[in-house]
Amino acid sequence: MYFDFAEQYPKLLMLLYGLIAFVVIVGGMLLLLDAVPSWFARRREQRLIAASAGGGAGGGSVPVGRPRRGGEGLFGLFFLLPALLLLGIGLVIPALRTTVLSFMDGRSENWVGLENYRWMFSQDEIIQVLTNTLIWVILVPTVATAIGLLYAIMVDKARFEALAKSLVFMPMAISFVGASIIWRFVYAYRGGEQEQYGLLNYLVTLFGFEPQRWLQLNAPLNTLLLIVVMIWIQAGFAMVVLSAAIKAIPADIIEAARLDGVNAWQMFWRVTMPSIRPALIVVVVTISIATLKVFDIVRTMTNGNYDTGVIANEMYNQAFRYGQNGYGSALAVFLFVLVIPIVIYQIRNLRKQREV
Amino acid sequence: MTTTTPPVAAPASSGEERPRTRVGRVRKRLNTPTATIVAIVIAVIWTIPTFGLFVSSFRPAEEIRTTGWWTFFTNPQVTLQNYQDVLFGRSSSSGQLSSYFVNSLVITIPSVLFPLAFAALAAYALAWINFRGRDLIYICIFALQIVPLQMALVPLLRFFSQGTTIGGVTITPPWGLDSYERYVQVWFAHTCFALPLGVFLLHNFVSQLPKDLMEAARVDGASHPKIFRTIVLPLIAPALAAFGIFQFLWVWNDLLVALIFAGGESRVAPLTVRLAELAGTRGDQWQRLTSGAFVSIIVPLIVFLSLQRYFVRGLLAGSVKG
Repeated sequence: MYFDFAEQYPKLLMLLYGLIAFVVIVGGMLLLLDAVPSWFARRREQRLIAASAGGGAGGGSVPVGRPRRGGEGLFGLFFLLPALLLLGIGLVIPALRTTVLSFMDGRSENWVGLENYRWMFSQDEIIQVLTNTLIWVILVPTVATAIGLLYAIMVDKARFEALAKSLVFMPMAISFVGASIIWRFVYAYRGGEQEQYGLLNYLVTLFGFEPQRWLQLNAPLNTLLLIVVMIWIQAGFAMVVLSAAIKAIPADIIEAARLDGVNAWQMFWRVTMPSIRPALIVVVVTISIATLKVFDIVRTMTNGNYDTGVIANEMYNQAFRYGQNGYGSALAVFLFVLVIPIVIYQIRNLRKQREV
Repeated sequence: MTTTTPPVAAPASSGEERPRTRVGRVRKRLNTPTATIVAIVIAVIWTIPTFGLFVSSFRPAEEIRTTGWWTFFTNPQVTLQNYQDVLFGRSSSSGQLSSYFVNSLVITIPSVLFPLAFAALAAYALAWINFRGRDLIYICIFALQIVPLQMALVPLLRFFSQGTTIGGVTITPPWGLDSYERYVQVWFAHTCFALPLGVFLLHNFVSQLPKDLMEAARVDGASHPKIFRTIVLPLIAPALAAFGIFQFLWVWNDLLVALIFAGGESRVAPLTVRLAELAGTRGDQWQRLTSGAFVSIIVPLIVFLSLQRYFVRGLLAGSVKG
């Protein structure tokens, strides 16, 4: 038994500092925000008194509670300040910097133009990485959504619906690292005539086939086995969102279709699918983005060996293991380029929503 | 039950009236035995791997190494030795996960609180304070959700370690954080990366509060901070819970951010980093990996199962509306 409390003490102290910082920053902001408006309120009162004393005709149409634009803007800025500051320092400026770095060499000292991008598309290894990413992005969203949808429909209004949904949803709570270990155990292999303790190899030998080193199979096959892990995690997400969409279909539509005598197949394609289309798109888009960025699974399962690398994984290796900032940044930018269409699509959707 | 024409492509069935029993048959066909069996098969496939890991973590090391976990049911042998080893073992190869467990906690708590507060403030401003450029800011934050955080890693790490200089002029000095201070880096990074989703999620809730309520409060002379504290915060508590759970699961389960900003610092690195390390270097020591994985899974699982309602609500608000 070994657990040294003295060793934990500095960490807990850090936690305490963190909490104090939180209270001071957030509390301070709210206090400051309270002080500023009372000053404005006094100013406004004075102005109102002046206006009413002058008998101004225009004053009546301005709502009393609404301060002038300048005051509002100041408030808006104040409320937004921490978020905007952190987004700027933590995301916007770094993203721009990464774009710049992608045109520089490994140590970010000299400009190399498009060299990093040419490297990306000329190396066989990187082509393999890009192909793998493509396989991931095609398979994970489609299969996970299909399974999620199928399951959502089948357990809808079933007797143990809540329990059944929890079982499939549960992997969402498990870290990608945890999930990877779970599945590595399923794929585990023992050589020779020894008894297999990996579930997959056990089943394979049960049916009289040779056990395999699954994760070291030929290139696209082992990637498929990694993809299974991601599908296992994401299907629950698809199921929950789609299940909610299915339940939101108005009952009279379903009733009417039934009265028209449609069968289950027609019901699915002509009633369910059109009704849940928006939710379906959202699910596919969300899973696609998550899949593009997948890193943990590949790193934990194979560390990108045996030709299983994906963009995010390769980016990490280039930038943080081999010290090739240029290559790493170019890969990150390429990842961003891949999601730009989704960004544009989402913004257009948002605009449409806001107009309604 | 009225048969108003539904706004759906009407099935091209013949116009003749079908007998009422048909309705019953359709309903029945949707819950056929095949459907039930397929559903059970999916549920089993989704549960078995975790279950196998769970069972294995309680088996003696020698048993795990030689037989499959399913033999447990014919030859049950239970031990807590794996957990004791992996949590409190003295040797460096044992995991020493208890210490990393504390790290995970210390990383997670502030990384949830800060984005919650900042996102709530920003969401309120974007929904209820009138100022120029509001919509543009909102759309930018919304779009940032999708920017892969890989785009930010290299420069953000440099921002911490080297500071920023433009043309030789130091804009911000290096933070020079060492050992335990690295927590600050991790908190900072997690807070930044969480804000786009947080602002978006909370904005969805805040903007749906009744307009009359807000206007009444304004007419009564309440200031924005007062409205925020006394009216908005209590009303959006469920949304805060939803985003809080989201962020908790994300931070607790994160590997990439921790790898980069906590680095190899064993006094800061969370459970996930340690587990990935064990999986890499001791990939066949299943007695440690199974119990270790469960140590890392148990906290999010409890949070998740007990607060699933809020989590699902947040998920739906965050995805269906987008």
